[in-house]
Amino acid sequence: MSTATVTKSTLLKDLRMEWRSKDAINSMLFFSLLVVVIFSFAFNPTAEESRLIAGGLIWVAFLFAAVVALNQTWARELHNQVLDAYRVSPAPANALLLAKALGNFLFVVVLEVLMAPLFVVFYQLRSVGPVWQLIVIALLGTWALVVNGTFFAALSIRTRSREIMLPLILFPISIPALLAMVDATTSILTGDSSPDFWMKMLLVYDVVFTAVCLLLFESVLNAE
Amino acid sequence: MTGSTDSSSPPVVVLENLVKFFGRFAALRGISDSFAPGKLYVIVGDNGAGKSTLLRVIAGLIEPSQGSVTLLDAKSTREVAHRIGYMGHAPLLYDELDGLENLRYFAGLYDVHDHTICHDAMRRVGLDPDLERRVGQYSQGMRQRLSLARALFHDPELILLDEPFSNVDVHSAHDMAAILGTERDQGKTIFVVTHQSALMEQVADEFVHMADGKIESREAVRPLPLSATTAGGDR
Repeated sequence: MSTATVTKSTLLKDLRMEWRSKDAINSMLFFSLLVVVIFSFAFNPTAEESRLIAGGLIWVAFLFAAVVALNQTWARELHNQVLDAYRVSPAPANALLLAKALGNFLFVVVLEVLMAPLFVVFYQLRSVGPVWQLIVIALLGTWALVVNGTFFAALSIRTRSREIMLPLILFPISIPALLAMVDATTSILTGDSSPDFWMKMLLVYDVVFTAVCLLLFESVLNAE
Repeated sequence: MTGSTDSSSPPVVVLENLVKFFGRFAALRGISDSFAPGKLYVIVGDNGAGKSTLLRVIAGLIEPSQGSVTLLDAKSTREVAHRIGYMGHAPLLYDELDGLENLRYFAGLYDVHDHTICHDAMRRVGLDPDLERRVGQYSQGMRQRLSLARALFHDPELILLDEPFSNVDVHSAHDMAAILGTERDQGKTIFVVTHQSALMEQVADEFVHMADGKIESREAVRPLPLSATTAGGDR
């Protein structure tokens, strides 16, 4: 049985369910909106200051918003114990992780597309460096957050306080990626330095952690 | 007729010294037994006897602490997963999808891409495949029927059912029991964990009595012909 086929059918199923409930996207949107508005009131930066702090601000907002979605990733599989139906089937375990990670990736990318104009308006952002590099960093950075987040959300589904457990595990392990995302974004916004090193680091981080998550996921799925 | 498979055929399920601990509690205490193909086994016993744990170990959902399970001549349940149908105590269905969407998704997991199979499976358990109602709005009886369809659609050789009749009205329960009788007559091996053993008396081949994590006794019965079940006055 093909991993790609099962990944696709699971992804489409998750997207259909999210389209009907809009649980994840609504929670993320409201959370990010609050962060943008509250921070703009709290700092009220000039255009120059915005370029220096926006990298950190944007990615912290998206990281926290992503956690909201990640916590709901496995909730649907636990309700009615549907995860057992997947576990007894011959479908490859990795297809489930990939589908969930791709679903979360799409949700967070949609959030970024919707929130980016607000960041520009509230923080008077004008990029000195090329904007296409920001898009590459957004894609690489988002994958870094969601692949680990989806994996660790699966790891914590059987714990009693999983909403607390996920950020406790995810945030420390995301520090290298977050550092690369923030520094690369700031480099492009200010035009002071090249973001190449940070982009390469992000790419390596994505490859390594995707491989590790895929290798370990079957054990996590079948853990008691 | 009781099954189309000869009872001298090699056993379909072999349990060897099966032990399962949850913390310090022993849910299964050294079960060794074997089960012939083409029969319908009804596992009965008090709460905490280990019935559901045994079924989950056979299904590969729980690793035994000691011992081994051999299913359909394979050492790993994973190897024969496509030949097993499992219905859990919970419905194992997505509330946000309708019945047919649920079955189509699970069919994909078993590499079954002919959607008429899903339609037929729903009709067989008395559900309308064209019903565009989400499972979250189904009655408990409809959920159980759909859950049974989910366990049977891929024509498995070994069917494991955990409390299939819970919260199901008598009429639906008899219908489900009749379906199981038909499956057995086609040579399938079926294990049913239930507290409502009376419902299975007319179709069961053997009652497996469990207590304190062990199989206490096995009682072979001769099931009545299916026509007697469906023509019964208690419907």
